[in-house]
Amino acid sequence: MELKEKLIASFMAFENLVDIDSPVHDVRSEAIKEFETQGFPSRRDEAWKYTSLNSILKHDYSVFPKSENHIDYNDIKKYFIHDIDTYKIVFIDGKYSSHFSETTHDGIDVCLMSSALSKPKYRPIIENYFNKVATKDGLTSLNTAFSQEGAYIHIPKNKSVAKPIQIVHFSTGNEAALMLQPRNLIVVDENAHVQIIERHQSLTENPVLTNTVTEIFADKRAIVDYYKIQNDNENASLIDSTFIDQKQESCASVHTFSFGGKLTRNNLRFYQNGERIDSTLKGVTIIGNKQHVDHNTLVHHIEPNCESHQDYQGIFGDSSVGVFNGKVLVNKEAQKTNAFQANNNILLSDKATINTKPQLEIFADDVKCSHGCTIGQLDESAIFYMQSRGIPEKEAKALLLYAFGNSVLSSVKIPEIKQRITNIIATKLGINIGFDL
Amino acid sequence: MTKYTEDDLREELKTKEYEYGFYTDIESDTFEPGLNEDVVRAISLKKEEPEWMTEWRLEAFRAWEKMVEPEWANVKYQKPDFQAISYYSAPNTKPKYDSLDEVDPELLETFKKLGISMDEQKMLAGVAMDVVIDSVSVATTFKKSLDEKGIIFCSISEAIQKHPELVRKYIGTVVPRTDNFYAALNSAVFSDGSFCYIPKGVRCPMELSTYFRINQGGTGQFERTLLIADEGSYVSYLEGCTAPSRDENQLHAAVVELIAMDDAEIKYSTVQNWYPGNAEGVGGVFNFVTKRGICEKNAKISWTQVETGSAVTWKYPSCILKGDNSVGEFYSIAVTNNHQQADTGTKMIHLGKNTRSTIISKGISAGKSQNSYRGIVHIGARAENARNFTECDSLLMGNECGAHTFPYIEVKNKSAKVEHEATTSKIGEDQIFYCNQRGIDIEKAIALIVNGFSKDVLNKLPMEFAVEAQKLLEISLEGSVG
Repeated sequence: MELKEKLIASFMAFENLVDIDSPVHDVRSEAIKEFETQGFPSRRDEAWKYTSLNSILKHDYSVFPKSENHIDYNDIKKYFIHDIDTYKIVFIDGKYSSHFSETTHDGIDVCLMSSALSKPKYRPIIENYFNKVATKDGLTSLNTAFSQEGAYIHIPKNKSVAKPIQIVHFSTGNEAALMLQPRNLIVVDENAHVQIIERHQSLTENPVLTNTVTEIFADKRAIVDYYKIQNDNENASLIDSTFIDQKQESCASVHTFSFGGKLTRNNLRFYQNGERIDSTLKGVTIIGNKQHVDHNTLVHHIEPNCESHQDYQGIFGDSSVGVFNGKVLVNKEAQKTNAFQANNNILLSDKATINTKPQLEIFADDVKCSHGCTIGQLDESAIFYMQSRGIPEKEAKALLLYAFGNSVLSSVKIPEIKQRITNIIATKLGINIGFDL
Repeated sequence: MTKYTEDDLREELKTKEYEYGFYTDIESDTFEPGLNEDVVRAISLKKEEPEWMTEWRLEAFRAWEKMVEPEWANVKYQKPDFQAISYYSAPNTKPKYDSLDEVDPELLETFKKLGISMDEQKMLAGVAMDVVIDSVSVATTFKKSLDEKGIIFCSISEAIQKHPELVRKYIGTVVPRTDNFYAALNSAVFSDGSFCYIPKGVRCPMELSTYFRINQGGTGQFERTLLIADEGSYVSYLEGCTAPSRDENQLHAAVVELIAMDDAEIKYSTVQNWYPGNAEGVGGVFNFVTKRGICEKNAKISWTQVETGSAVTWKYPSCILKGDNSVGEFYSIAVTNNHQQADTGTKMIHLGKNTRSTIISKGISAGKSQNSYRGIVHIGARAENARNFTECDSLLMGNECGAHTFPYIEVKNKSAKVEHEATTSKIGEDQIFYCNQRGIDIEKAIALIVNGFSKDVLNKLPMEFAVEAQKLLEISLEGSVG
């Protein structure tokens, strides 16, 4: 049975597990119909021109993992940012693991989507925000239809969360092939501040497909920093769709670090519903082998006096494929917009491919918009300079590559994450950088 | 050169709607509207074409029937009804002329209104003209001096008669019949166009030029241009367009094929000023053009275009850089005003080693127009040391227009160096203030700034064209800033 048919069929089984009388369920039923009409995207869709899902959709994924699986903390410790105190929301094979998690209801809500969807006290928030900014495309609708579990974070007015929040998904390989569909909702009220780190990690060689959707609402003057660490093994694929709705004077940033996975697709959508908003989208991609990373971004400037900054750097080795499709849309009313977009790439191998499409659609005249895109190699003279000063070629190259990605790291606000990413980059490039950055 | 001041321009604009919006009443030999195999055969018969050509057209027609009109372009328009178009129209005074005296005086009057004095052109400009009025070549000048060099420059129908071996060998090699919807349509029904062959090692002594005009109401114009530059030759080709104003949309689906063999160089310049429709967006020409060139070893193709006319433009002059060390260039200014829509750009396909390409695109949108740049830079896996530089800048005037860029960059070789940059801006208040301070009024300041903005491209045009293009820019943007 094709995956699409299987998913539609299992929706009926899914209905037995959830409360079908809640208003959320109407949204789900609507969404499954939408998925039924649209199905999975194919390369005929303009947004998927360079990314084919065929190779990952052919597995017979189990949609509902049966049992809760236990894992040993020592095996997974390294996947946490463990050197600082954090709130943690941990899922194992899609099921919440209270053992590893550290949630709170003390002034702020850092808890589970499943309880937020079922408990009456969360109803006003769910009604106001759930599925309000997510788009209606096939994959997102599929996630909406099966939305049940994930992280639910609500930061009330004027609260600044003292420590970062980690959302970590593990898959253990108890199933031959597993499909996960986490759904996160993050509501940050006026003047509140939160830092979130998200990671998906497979602990097995079995294929895993994660189709995750995150909705973020940043109210007036809120500050949201979101870090996505994607360093999964080469049997795991990730389709990540993140939608951010910003109100006036809010500040949101999303950093995406893509180092692993078989196929990674990041759909990142910013909607600026207010004036004087700042949006930051940054990413570093370093991949090799037959990996495929696709960044698809949209910044929609709806109101005047807003800014957006996009900076994506990519290093591609072996037979890897990199895709960048960045779109900046400036409405007629959004005068005085400043939108910047940069996408720089280095190809390390003749078999690697980069497809990039930095796109601008502008309907307002008093704007400053620019995009730049380069594809090139390391500067031979810079390598020679370092060699002539006793730095071996390999280190010299790694230094240059590190420096290449650094413009993205400089805006990371949590030092431990910066350190962690530096280490991953060093490992990826196969050298010890040997000095503290 | 006579001085043409801003005041003259303003005066001129007040009084006229569209300068070239007249309609010459010549008894035309026009086909009934509609398209089927018989029409294709009839066109072929009318042109006294050999059997292979008829078959070639028919195959294209059969392919076209199975195709659907593309919708991906960022333009909106009422799709033409292909059965409501007449596919052939020719001034009926036959046969061809040797001197101007034999030409229908009314036609000569048309030329005069367009400001082309044949004799003047002959004497002063040093431009050989292959004038096309509604698809049939009427007069060819400077033929003799070209003949001496062995250069063949004639209408494509004449070439089919006289040089079938060349046409048969090269037609459809760059733009295959099944390439796209409009190219297939053109291949089936093309009525005329230009053919040019530059022999080995010959440097064409003058700028070759063709004027296309759409004359008869309701007739589509399907031009076919084939330009072959043999090894080590050089040619500069100009193409300029004006059309009478009509309320009904007119369709123009041309195909241009360029072949630059080893060490050859082709410079192809276009000034397009077809009727863009009136200020409410009624009427205007639909311009759906397929232009492509292929470069062999060390060859160079350079496209320069100034697009100011047409209601809808859909045009991507491209270069296939097949040979090693070949060079492709694309310089474009696209101006849209009122309700015009332009979706234009280029494709640079790098296949050979050490290939280089440069793209400079300047889009200016005013009024309620939409201006898009769409381009591909493709570096193949074997294109070692390929180099591309792309710059696309947009200038917006008013808040009802739009500027869009859709650049696709596909790189499969690690030694490639590709740069792309794009900016969007408006004319700065400080710039205008600076001009005002020095006694330059707003209108003039804007003309000055727009000229500066497009200078990179205007410089690439041959002299005669550059003057005309500059004037066109000013006329097109008239009244867009208040």
